[in-house]
Amino acid sequence: MPGVRLWQSVWRRVGPVACLAVCAGFWTCPKAAAQPPTALQHTTIVLDAAHGGEDLGAALGSVPGAEAAAPEKVVTLALSQRLRALLTARGFAVVETRQGDVAMDEDARATASNRVRAEACLVLHATNAGSGVHLFVSSLAPMPTQLLMPWKTAQAAQVTNSLKLGNAIHAALSAAGRDGDLALTIPTTLGRTTLPGIDSMSCPAVAVELAPLRDKDGKVTSEVTDADYQTRVLNALAAALLEWRSEAGAA
Amino acid sequence: MTPRYQKILFVVLFAASVAMTAVLVRLRERAHDRLLQTAMSEGTTAPTVAPLEQVTLMVADDETSTLAPETIALPLPDDPQARARAVLNRLLSQYYGAQSQHPLPPVVNPVESVFLMPLRRASEDSGKSTDRIAIVNLSTQFAASHPSGLETETLTVLSISATLHANLPQVMEVRFLVGGEQQATLHGHADLTQTYLTAASAAASGAQP
Repeated sequence: MPGVRLWQSVWRRVGPVACLAVCAGFWTCPKAAAQPPTALQHTTIVLDAAHGGEDLGAALGSVPGAEAAAPEKVVTLALSQRLRALLTARGFAVVETRQGDVAMDEDARATASNRVRAEACLVLHATNAGSGVHLFVSSLAPMPTQLLMPWKTAQAAQVTNSLKLGNAIHAALSAAGRDGDLALTIPTTLGRTTLPGIDSMSCPAVAVELAPLRDKDGKVTSEVTDADYQTRVLNALAAALLEWRSEAGAA
Repeated sequence: MTPRYQKILFVVLFAASVAMTAVLVRLRERAHDRLLQTAMSEGTTAPTVAPLEQVTLMVADDETSTLAPETIALPLPDDPQARARAVLNRLLSQYYGAQSQHPLPPVVNPVESVFLMPLRRASEDSGKSTDRIAIVNLSTQFAASHPSGLETETLTVLSISATLHANLPQVMEVRFLVGGEQQATLHGHADLTQTYLTAASAAASGAQP
């Protein structure tokens, strides 16, 4: 069979080269995808809805502990999904660490965020304590970026950027209530603390904790489950990330 | 027929036992009177009360997410570990009630014990340093009833760390136990596996020195 022999001889000469080319494609394609995106590419944001699975988090609502109270894991997931829609509409590429009611440990969350080399990571929490929005940045001391960062202190190389991101979110939330109505003001605090999940993230990362709105007597005026209140906060977060992206592009 | 000498012996022994009973009762009454007389004659001594000392509490405020120093007078024992426990229980009692700026549910003895141990750093080869690490053992009930949230739990931990440093300056680091065992978080958020640096605690919460 001359046809078969011809194919065999062609395969002997071309086969190894083709195999090498295919293998090289497999090795280089993920590397190319893992390159940090330029200003023209999508900016990747990681949204980490805290808790999940058996870890319910805080019981939220007017009567914590009652059946009507919403578990924190449900509220954070809803916030993550709503923010994802807002950010996607603004041209961001969004990665959620969890999209359902699944349990994830802190290492798994950090791994998921580090894999995509995001420009910003937001860890979403909710609580009944305090008022407004509480922002937290890692308390690690800043360190220069190294080729290999220790896992538990990987955030140290990004702490300065995380503080900038925290300040941008703080400014956006503070501006959200300045439309002539002081009642719309969202009190916002920015602090630093030790957070195992964030401390292992290699992206600029901020923990965002949503608390109820209260009047001057401490009475709750908007619960964290209030859809309008959530919308105002999420719009402010989206505006802050837009500002963050424009500043990063300019830099 | 009972012999006569046995009857006489029985009567003598019975009379002796009655006499002995009477003597014992009388002796007991005299001893009781003597004790009462002694107690009444001694002067009443006042219970020993430790002198009042100035204590600085680093009080958390949820609205501003800061710690503010507040000075009060408190009787404190001499033992540093007992002092630390007394100060911390006083600090946490400050938070009971809805009017508090950092409301916590009331718990009896939220701090079960405080251990102060020498802090030996790798760079020091001798034990001359006076720096201490404080191991704060919180009660299980306190942790379980603490409001769940990133800010509220963090402020409680920072408030305890900063208050320890304010009153015992040699305490440079703080670690936490719950019910005598290590616990991952206070109530789902604040990390209790880490060692808290007391100086950093005050700075992180925006406290004024």
